[in-house]
Amino acid sequence: MAEVEVRNLSKTFGDTVVLDNISLKINEGENVVVFGRSGTGKSVLIKCIVRLLEPDSGEVFIEGQNILSLSENKLNEVRKQIGFLFQSAALYDSMSVRENLSFPLIRNFNFTAKEVETKVKSALEKVSLEEAIDKMPAELSGGMKKRIGLARTIITEPKLILYDEPTTGLDPITTKEISQLIVELQKDLKTTSIVVTHDLICAKIIASHAVVLKDGRIKYEGNLENLVSTSDPFLKDFFTSDMLEVKNGSVK
Amino acid sequence: MDSEETNTDTSKSVSVSVKRLYEFFQTVSGLSLFIAEFFKKVFIPPYEFAEIKKHMDELGVKTLPIVSVTGFIIGLVLAMQSQPVMIRFGAGSFLPGMVALSVVRELGPVITALIFAGRVSSGIGAELGSMRVTEQIDAMEVSAINPFRFLVVTRVVACTLILPMLTIYVIFLSLFGSFLAILLSQGISFQLYLNAVVHSIEFSDLIPGIAKTFFFGFIVGIVGAYKGYNTENGTEGVGKASTSSVVISSLLILLVDMVLVKVTLMIWSN
Repeated sequence: MAEVEVRNLSKTFGDTVVLDNISLKINEGENVVVFGRSGTGKSVLIKCIVRLLEPDSGEVFIEGQNILSLSENKLNEVRKQIGFLFQSAALYDSMSVRENLSFPLIRNFNFTAKEVETKVKSALEKVSLEEAIDKMPAELSGGMKKRIGLARTIITEPKLILYDEPTTGLDPITTKEISQLIVELQKDLKTTSIVVTHDLICAKIIASHAVVLKDGRIKYEGNLENLVSTSDPFLKDFFTSDMLEVKNGSVK
Repeated sequence: MDSEETNTDTSKSVSVSVKRLYEFFQTVSGLSLFIAEFFKKVFIPPYEFAEIKKHMDELGVKTLPIVSVTGFIIGLVLAMQSQPVMIRFGAGSFLPGMVALSVVRELGPVITALIFAGRVSSGIGAELGSMRVTEQIDAMEVSAINPFRFLVVTRVVACTLILPMLTIYVIFLSLFGSFLAILLSQGISFQLYLNAVVHSIEFSDLIPGIAKTFFFGFIVGIVGAYKGYNTENGTEGVGKASTSSVVISSLLILLVDMVLVKVTLMIWSN
């Protein structure tokens, strides 16, 4: 399990301030859900945590190591312990599902071909897609891609997993399945997770801790129950927006 | 009123020109840094031999049909066009040698490189561009795999090595095309044609002609990879990366050819 600490992180794109002096601590084994409107810097935050984006200022510690000051080789050693599920799943188009899953194992670890095959099959079993092993990404549906992406994320048994909108664009049933899968995997692998989402169903299933971003700053940090029952107008508006009632043809 | 409109138009065109100039220098500096990064990575293990071989196979197979047709036609047409002029000047017997020299020194390498740029540079630009916008390159990076080494270095090395091979193949096909043209018009024997070709080509013709294709292959690979790897703005950016890869690599091939011809002439004249 991994502990993550973000200190005074800021990131701007041109004149737009996306993250404004954010500080956050995520304890080992915690499932943190990051909420916020589109463009508030949720994805930028997790991309800065794994140094896919270089922040303008601030520090990011993973298991006590400031990853922003690490050399490329040392950073890659830390990254071997991290899984990242992208919003689009980001499966490699030119590789089959088997190759997608075995790619990080072959490149980064000294497993035999038999061990790689066993791990690939076991990861696919966890996401219930054993039959897709020889398919190409173009032959998969959106939900299947997310599941395969999840299998590729967990195949290296990372200590920290970051999920960038894992249920966006999926129907409520698949959303629920994927969310439950994330919780099960967290229990099995005992990982620390950071989940960026808009989806309250997903958050309710996953979250042990919630963070809300607004205008690049942390608006709320605490448990999900208090967040949902808050009296703050912004948070109230945010968390009731998907529970709209239609009465007499008008939306309330 | 008219002078105000003229002033506005002038200031607009000046700002467009300044923007284009800025983009040009941005591309030049970006490409230079990209090339430096390539040389920093290419000599350090792990060497991706399997991936390089895979790309060489793909690029070779992809380009083979079009360069075959082009190579054959260049030789054929060059012989057909030159024949009446050569005969008029009483130099008909020099025709095989003239075609061979043209094809070996200039036409073979440059035309193969331009076709290769059109086919391959755009392909690399589009492939890496689409990997960039769909976050596949980020996925590779976050998995502790260096995407530059795996995606860029392998493709550039493959292009650099495969283009000279394709050029040699094109030169042979062009010579065969010109032989057919001369055979049909003058009834020359293959033995006589071969003797004329072999006697007219020297070491100093063959080596520079082939050597410069290593540079051309490198240009095609590095420009396509640079444009694709740095793609922005979604699918629109992928299209732009693909198109500009062809334009820039074709221009660079011609410019570098001009410089290399001058250098070659300086070296071999001594």
